[in-house]
Amino acid sequence: MSRPWLRPAALATALVLVVPVAAGLIGTALPALGYLPSAGAASASLDPVKALLDAPGLGRSILLSLGTGLAATLVSLLLVMLLLAGWLDSAAFRWLRRLLAPLLSVPHAAAALGLALVIAPSGFLVRLVAPLSPALSRPPDWLILQDPFGLTLTLGLVLKEVPFLLLMALAALHQIDLRPRLQLAESFGYGRIAAFGHTVAPLLYRQLRLPVLAVLAFSTSVVDMALVLGPSLPATLAVRVVGWMGDPDLAIRMKGAAGALLQLSVSAAALLVWFAGERALRLVWRSQAIRGHRLARDRIASRTGLGVLLGLVVLAVLGLSVLTLWSLATAWRYPDLLPSSLTLRHWLQSGPDLTGLIATTLAIGLAVSLTAAALVTALLQERVQGQGGGGAGLDTWLLDGLAFVPLLVPQVAFLFGLQVLFLQAGLDGSLFGVALSHFVFVLPYILLSLRGPWGALDPRYRQVALSLGASEQRVFWRIRLPLMLPAILTAVALGLAISVSQYLPTLLIGGGRVTTVTTEAVALASGGSRPLIAVHALAQILLPFAGFALAAALSRLLLPRLFPRRSS
Amino acid sequence: MHPDPKSGLHLCGLNLRLDGQLLAALDAKVAQGEVLTVMGASGSGKSSLLAALAGFLAPPFTIEGRIVLAGRDVTYLPPQARRMGLMFQQPLLFPHMSVGENLLFALPAGGSSGERRRKIEQALADADLEGFAARDPQTLSGGQQSRVALVRVLLAEPLALLLDEPFAALDTALRSAMRDLVFAAARKAGLPVVLVTHDRADAEAAVGQILQLDAAAPYSEASAGSA
Repeated sequence: MSRPWLRPAALATALVLVVPVAAGLIGTALPALGYLPSAGAASASLDPVKALLDAPGLGRSILLSLGTGLAATLVSLLLVMLLLAGWLDSAAFRWLRRLLAPLLSVPHAAAALGLALVIAPSGFLVRLVAPLSPALSRPPDWLILQDPFGLTLTLGLVLKEVPFLLLMALAALHQIDLRPRLQLAESFGYGRIAAFGHTVAPLLYRQLRLPVLAVLAFSTSVVDMALVLGPSLPATLAVRVVGWMGDPDLAIRMKGAAGALLQLSVSAAALLVWFAGERALRLVWRSQAIRGHRLARDRIASRTGLGVLLGLVVLAVLGLSVLTLWSLATAWRYPDLLPSSLTLRHWLQSGPDLTGLIATTLAIGLAVSLTAAALVTALLQERVQGQGGGGAGLDTWLLDGLAFVPLLVPQVAFLFGLQVLFLQAGLDGSLFGVALSHFVFVLPYILLSLRGPWGALDPRYRQVALSLGASEQRVFWRIRLPLMLPAILTAVALGLAISVSQYLPTLLIGGGRVTTVTTEAVALASGGSRPLIAVHALAQILLPFAGFALAAALSRLLLPRLFPRRSS
Repeated sequence: MHPDPKSGLHLCGLNLRLDGQLLAALDAKVAQGEVLTVMGASGSGKSSLLAALAGFLAPPFTIEGRIVLAGRDVTYLPPQARRMGLMFQQPLLFPHMSVGENLLFALPAGGSSGERRRKIEQALADADLEGFAARDPQTLSGGQQSRVALVRVLLAEPLALLLDEPFAALDTALRSAMRDLVFAAARKAGLPVVLVTHDRADAEAAVGQILQLDAAAPYSEASAGSA
């Protein structure tokens, strides 16, 4: 029963979650203020800031980042709430849930590339309607991809964030006894959406708030998806900042550092706007609740929500199919709906390169997620054994808030500083350096995914085992660990998926010397051949899928009793 | 300190407090094979009392006084050193282990694997569960699971039994049969028993001291005789 502050795993986790972010932010702030000793700039100056403010179209870039981020978050949250309110327990809901779940593990870059091949002017959707109009005999001159208002980017973000928020919401709903609440409100004559909105949504949102804020911070600063789907002249702020950071000219790099700080403020501003919206909505909500309007006719609203979600699923399925077809197409000219013939040539030709990329990606991903899972297991076990060691300690803090720190600070803002630090430590461009940077983003997800199952195991199993005379160690190895193994394997697969999807850390810390399927796929996106893009995007999708499939198979193999066959 | 099972279980001036507020006070001796029944509405602290005896009391609960089992003061011993066998409303057989593995987990270390296996098979046979060792606990009926849980707790060679509403999940017919089985086993093994329940019939069948926990009047003394 050690004191919470001294528990080693809790301390290590806290350090991993906070130190890189804090050090990275300082490392970004110094060059932004003119201090970069390695480049001979050792005195404070406002030149980088001035250079940043002189960048053409900066205001528009800021507005694009704010607008796409806020819109994507709001629409995703609204869709998830509408789905839960209108369709919980329905067959449609079960189907959607099953279809959306795999989407969660599709990396952002791959989702963006798939979406691009579907909705581009020469993409699948236009080909579908091309026979209807002679004007479409050649690809239309529409700015669908990279539209100047960032609408496509918003769509892409919604496609990725809806599954995430839905998963978090479903986990939170376990703790809310929602059905009696809904039945009571419906028996008063309230419509399904109003019943949900007044009796469940406020509680649910309280639990969902941190994930929603993480989505907002991410969406306002996303890079890989914005490179593929976002506007280009000007691009969103984060994309421009990354461009400056990679410039050989050190003055421009320092402008990039200043831009990274600006990105931090923009994401913070988005959070402030969101907080203000929360307040306003709470007031409206309360005044609505006491008026007693039943809003019983809500079918249009719930059907619209379902329709939009179905549309998203169709887009995702189309994206995956079109990627597969492109990777196998000999030639696929506009306006042909399907490729003229299929070949394995693209896969075979990229074989040697692809194998190397996959090896690097897997080595980093597995090392990082196994280490993180071990650390989180130690942390949660300390918590179990420390019960009675005294009130709320560091571990409670970690589980409730600290885990979100790396997810709430825009990656661009602290990765630049981290890159400078790693450069001085000689870690840049090394597998170890890249793995360290991935660790910061993988750890929170593994923590979030394991803490539920850990808490859900009946504590009386441990009590019974201890009373039978078993030591804490024996209870851990013989009871807790086997029972948690499926959850741990799933968490490792999730960690692998997160690591695979990391674009910016790999790009900045790897410095071009460490490349993964993700950095390669995004690099190919501008100007590469479509079959090659498709091959790399699919490789990116297949790795996490294989991880989850392997985790499920291993669980069943090692613990057959926990997965009884239906027939028995 | 060598255990002397004959001296039974002594609860000496035991005060259970929640945030400093007295929940229950008791002073009782439970001899071998005897049952102390603790009754009370939910929230009266009866489950916390059991947790205190087993060694699982967590803040904001605190305890004063002494728990003496078989002549050893176990008040500050960790749960795994107390030798108090715990049974809950659910049998809580470890779901990833077979019935036999559950029993082997409970059996104290020592002896060849052949001997250990014979021991648990004998114990299963004594409980009319012959040949169940290889079974998956989830394929057993509720009554069978409860019996395995009883065999398991006895194999760990406890010096006392702590029962937390152990019969509440069973249907009426099974309940009285299981009750008789548990009390008979405790008498045979010479174990003092503390039973927490809200079912009058449990208390009547136990034929022993009854302690009524009442949030309004925490100073209840264990009274002899059945209700």
